[in-house]
Amino acid sequence: MVRLVAFLVGLFFSGMLLLGLGDTVITAIKEPAVPSVEAEFHEETLPVSFAHDGPLGKYDRGQLQRGLKVYSEVCAACHSLKLVSFRDFAALGYSEEQVKALAKAWKTEVPSINPETGEPATRPAIPADKIPSPFANEVAARAANNNALPPDLSLITKAREGGPAYVYSLLLGYRDQAGYKSEEGKELLKEFPEAATPAGLHFNPWFANLNIAMAAPIVSDDQVTYDDGTKATKEQMARDVSAFLTWAAEPKMENRKSAGWAALGFLLVFTVLAWMSYKTIWADKKH
Amino acid sequence: MSFPWAQEYKPQGTVSKWVDERLPLPRLVYNAVGAGYPVPRNLNYFWNFGVLAGVALVIQIVTGIVLAMHYYASVDGAFNSVEHIMRDVNSGWFVRYAHMNGASFFFIVVYIHIFRGLFYGSYKAPREMIWLLGVTIFLLMMATAFMGYVLPWGQMSFWGAQVITGFFSAIPLVGEPLRQLLLGGFAPDQAALNRFFSLHYLLPFIIAGVIILHIWALHIPGSSNPTGVSVKGEQDTVPFHPYYTAKDGFGLGVFLIFFVAVTFFAPNMLGHPDNYIPANPLSTPAHIVPEWYFLPFYAILKAFTVDFGIPFTGIIIIPAKLMGVLAMFGSILLLFFLPWLDTSPVRSGHYRPLFRKFFWYGLIPSLAILTYCGGKPPYTQWVVLSQLAAAYYFAHFLIILPIVSRIERPLPLPNSITEAVTGKPLPAAA
Repeated sequence: MVRLVAFLVGLFFSGMLLLGLGDTVITAIKEPAVPSVEAEFHEETLPVSFAHDGPLGKYDRGQLQRGLKVYSEVCAACHSLKLVSFRDFAALGYSEEQVKALAKAWKTEVPSINPETGEPATRPAIPADKIPSPFANEVAARAANNNALPPDLSLITKAREGGPAYVYSLLLGYRDQAGYKSEEGKELLKEFPEAATPAGLHFNPWFANLNIAMAAPIVSDDQVTYDDGTKATKEQMARDVSAFLTWAAEPKMENRKSAGWAALGFLLVFTVLAWMSYKTIWADKKH
Repeated sequence: MSFPWAQEYKPQGTVSKWVDERLPLPRLVYNAVGAGYPVPRNLNYFWNFGVLAGVALVIQIVTGIVLAMHYYASVDGAFNSVEHIMRDVNSGWFVRYAHMNGASFFFIVVYIHIFRGLFYGSYKAPREMIWLLGVTIFLLMMATAFMGYVLPWGQMSFWGAQVITGFFSAIPLVGEPLRQLLLGGFAPDQAALNRFFSLHYLLPFIIAGVIILHIWALHIPGSSNPTGVSVKGEQDTVPFHPYYTAKDGFGLGVFLIFFVAVTFFAPNMLGHPDNYIPANPLSTPAHIVPEWYFLPFYAILKAFTVDFGIPFTGIIIIPAKLMGVLAMFGSILLLFFLPWLDTSPVRSGHYRPLFRKFFWYGLIPSLAILTYCGGKPPYTQWVVLSQLAAAYYFAHFLIILPIVSRIERPLPLPNSITEAVTGKPLPAAA
């Protein structure tokens, strides 16, 4: 009885699946899938490497400090970094005094209340504060940005396929759409005339749907003046801020990797000892 | 239970004797996983994975309890509380990454454990009850893992919950009200999140309970073995301790090396980037995909594309969506009937030439294809492949296995485990 019912159920499910298969194939032949402009013209991330790559990689403190400068002078005008506190900047190699000064000098102040009147007010940030957001709320952010919402950057390198390489590629990925050709030599506007970038958006083949609301943020060399004398080329700024955002998303990466090596070392010794005792105990038993 | 030659627990000191007379818990442990449990001497490394699954559950419970001390089940606060754990709680990043990857490794070892059961026929008499309890554990694990994935309240958490609870709305008539009743709202929200957290904390202990039954049922007939031949005498077995405790210790070391390598050096490899975006009910991700361990079942769900009805009348009896949901649950529920579908008296796949062919060239590739296609967008080639693989999956268990068991001529079995191991026949007097 079980086998009879099973046979019928199996016949039904497999049959419906094969019917569906036929249906899928017929539909595909009748209405072949049209290649989408994203599938044809979306680009893989640009090749870029960082000091923190790989199981032994550590953050380059100088690079993180430069990246913070790019973030604070360029990105922070629109993008919040809500999950990071000023005190966390100690990990970038700043002293306690420097962190205090950084917090105090931050362009956006922290929402507060006037202690005399109870009215809404703002005050300068202190190290214990999270980085203040440039806009009071989502409505304000959209109103200032042509109805687009600049995403918070605290986790951006973990929240995008490709991580820091994606951020780097996106920052350098703005292109002139007129006459733009893919690597295979296909011209975008000839293949997909309807895909012309709408007004208010910007063409960037590294963005998922090729048109991003953010205008190119890094436009020229020396847009930021680095304190350590590094030449601020566009690539350098994009790379530094990508490294900084990786740190912002994963501040414990170095602890994680060093703990990982310690754990692996311990386990290696444990496993060798366990293997030896296994062999010793089984020495007289054929198995 | 067990074999007459099993070693007996003999308490040594006064305290041990005193305890043994009042609550023989050490005796229970001794008989369950100590020298008092005789185990076939020929187990291969596939038999390590039961113990490893137990270890994985313990890792999940310990890390999970610590996470719950810092986690905040609120639609406004859950995401940030997880980030608080990652950034500000001492070693919180470790506990969270261990729990997150621990779930994946739990499924890896359980899948290998199930694979072993399927190939070596561990579900056959007299071990059907162990198998039934095992499938129950698997279902509970899936529920637990799904609800745990919702807790960080990222984009995939939210939309995963939306899709999975949407299954209920496929049920005719009562579907939608039932879905709302279970969710406590029209969409996943605070009520649902609280429920998921509560159940996510409860179910692991239920799993632990069913595991105790699973092991209890195992100790009635004793462990199976790669030849599938039953234990005939004392020479066929060794005491669990020290023989298999030592072997499991080594297996545990190897398992932990893999687990640690991923947890510390590629902690987000098995996850999806979208879950680092806070849940937003107004923005649907481009591709909603579950965690990797659900992909084969997700592929089966999506593989049903035509309605079942009366041809040329437009009357639909079972819509494609409902059928997908039924088939997805059916693909797991059918495992409950496996002991009665595969009627061959030979347990081990080693001695079943025809079964082995279907197993290696049919079942395993179709599961691999389903896992791969489950994570792909619904383009023609992936849909066709998963339809083919899913059709084989159902046919394999429900049609092919019963027929194979009937027509197959198994290879000659060794006379005993010891003979299979030593290559020498037993002395006639035994």
